[in-house]
Amino acid sequence: MEYPTTVEDAVALLAKHGDRAMFLAGGTDLLPNMKHGLFEPEVVIGLGAIEDMKGIRKDKDGSLHIGAMTSLTEVARSQLITEAAPALAQAASVVAGPQIRNMGTLGGNVMLDTRCQWYNQSHFWRKSLGYCLKKDGTVCHVIEGGKKCVAAASNDTAPALMTLAAELHFLSPSGEVALPIEELWKADGTWNKNVGPDALLVSVHLPALSGPHGGAYLKLRERNAIDFPQLGIAARLGFAEDGSIFEAAVAATALGPRPILLQSTTKLLAGTTPGESNFEEALLELCAKAHKQLSPLANIPGDETYRKRMVPIFLKRALVLAAQP
Amino acid sequence: MRAYRLEVNGDKIEIAAPEHWTLLEVLRYKLGLTGTKQGCDKGDCGACTVLVDGEPELACLLLPGAVEGKKILTIEGLAPAHRCRGGEGADPIQESFDEAGALQCGFCQPGVMLSARALLNREPHPSCEQIADSLSGNLCRCTGYKQIYDAVEAAADKEAELKTQGAD
Ligand SMILES: Cc1cc2nc3c(=O)[nH]c(=O)nc-3n(C[C@H](O)[C@H](O)[C@H](O)COP(=O)(O)OP(=O)(O)OC[C@H]3O[C@@H](n4cnc5c(N)ncnc54)[C@H](O)[C@@H]3O)c2cc1C
Ligand code: SF4
Ligand code: FES
Ligand code: FES
Repeated sequence: MEYPTTVEDAVALLAKHGDRAMFLAGGTDLLPNMKHGLFEPEVVIGLGAIEDMKGIRKDKDGSLHIGAMTSLTEVARSQLITEAAPALAQAASVVAGPQIRNMGTLGGNVMLDTRCQWYNQSHFWRKSLGYCLKKDGTVCHVIEGGKKCVAAASNDTAPALMTLAAELHFLSPSGEVALPIEELWKADGTWNKNVGPDALLVSVHLPALSGPHGGAYLKLRERNAIDFPQLGIAARLGFAEDGSIFEAAVAATALGPRPILLQSTTKLLAGTTPGESNFEEALLELCAKAHKQLSPLANIPGDETYRKRMVPIFLKRALVLAAQP
Repeated sequence: MRAYRLEVNGDKIEIAAPEHWTLLEVLRYKLGLTGTKQGCDKGDCGACTVLVDGEPELACLLLPGAVEGKKILTIEGLAPAHRCRGGEGADPIQESFDEAGALQCGFCQPGVMLSARALLNREPHPSCEQIADSLSGNLCRCTGYKQIYDAVEAAADKEAELKTQGAD
């Protein structure tokens, strides 16, 4: 265990220990994964003593700065976030249960490992099955003959942050990088990120939005607490002075290895006005498109046909909620 | 082995434990505080709930090094903490759980009562929805929750009454 007090020391320590080390934020995913033998770090670098990585503030340009070590409870309750980024506050408020939201951080949620029913199991369980591609094995139990892991991105805050065009600030041994969250992901369930495990997520920035905005996050799960998403949909709508929509964004998680930002939502919804028939029509078209494009895989709890059927329903509900800024 | 300085139920303790042990293991197997239950040991059930600086967290997912310098309250410390605040006997939450029959096997109960304590500290008059929400990370396989929610409501009333008596 190491407990550095600056971001520079944290990055230097990880570089020193290389593959043998991992960052520990709230530990609510790292520890279960270590207990299951999925993560086997010899050195754990705790980030809890780095004060610079905590807290939420509004910068002069109106953008929000959220330290990666800010707890999900704080994100969910923050007035700055509930006002400017309701979808993010809602997403943070439905992660796991209260205890985990007190411990778990926004940074840990963004950097969360992908999930799969064949992977998030004890070592004994996985060994009995002959392991799989993502860890210790050579086959995929989900896609027959598959050569690439398709474990599901399951972080609730990711789609919300994508609709808000969040920018992620990383520090790695090669320097600082600011990455639009949309560019973080790649479609590889083994490691679904375009930064290496040696990059420290320092903070999340939400750019200031012009004009009134509405947002919502809806999550499908069996129980109303503790469960990971079986489907998560975030929506954001920006309104012009006359109440018509000028900007729209929709993103979804718990489908495949990466959260997905739906394309051309602005093109479809711009110019329509909630409460009028043009909005209803555009909404139906968008829902049909999403139903075609977004296909859940059969590797997390919840029947995949049912989850697919819920795509347009959850999308419609999310957009209707976002239409009431 | 690693040495930790912890503050548990008001006592400052120095203790050595294997480096991979969680706070839950240190509490149960080094300090003998077996009121904190080891259920799933992976964050699913809430049986290991303790209060860290007043907020419920899961001891099975905490490394002791992460809570050095913080105040840990386990179920063993609940009644003493109540008496430290000038109260008598057990914490009103414990009294109400007893009176409402809010338990069967009791395995979930230490965690549930600590989550309830944190709620009443923050919100002395919680709605039923707030109670359900605050206890949603504590699984109970026996009661069906109804008696638990009733007990928390009764504890809130009891505390309000104690406060008015104190003000007289
Ligand atoms: C029972 C249970 C239910 C859960 N339900 C949900 C749920 O519904 N939705 C959901 O989204 N999650 C859920 N989780 C997963 C987890 O609790 C959350 O995703 C949480 O936000 C993770 O944050 P953390 O701070 O605890 O991360 P940690 O566990 O500390 O870290 C997670 C990963 O990110 C890396 N990491 C952490 N911080 C950084 C950083 N700043 N820079 C770079 N890498 C970093 C770690 O090395 C690790 O690989 C659940 C977990 C459990 C045990
Ligand atoms: S998708 Fe396939 S390779 Fe990936 S974790 Fe699941 S079974 Fe393993
Ligand atoms: S034992 Fe910690 S949550 Fe179950
Ligand atoms: S009383 Fe048995 S688990 Fe709650």
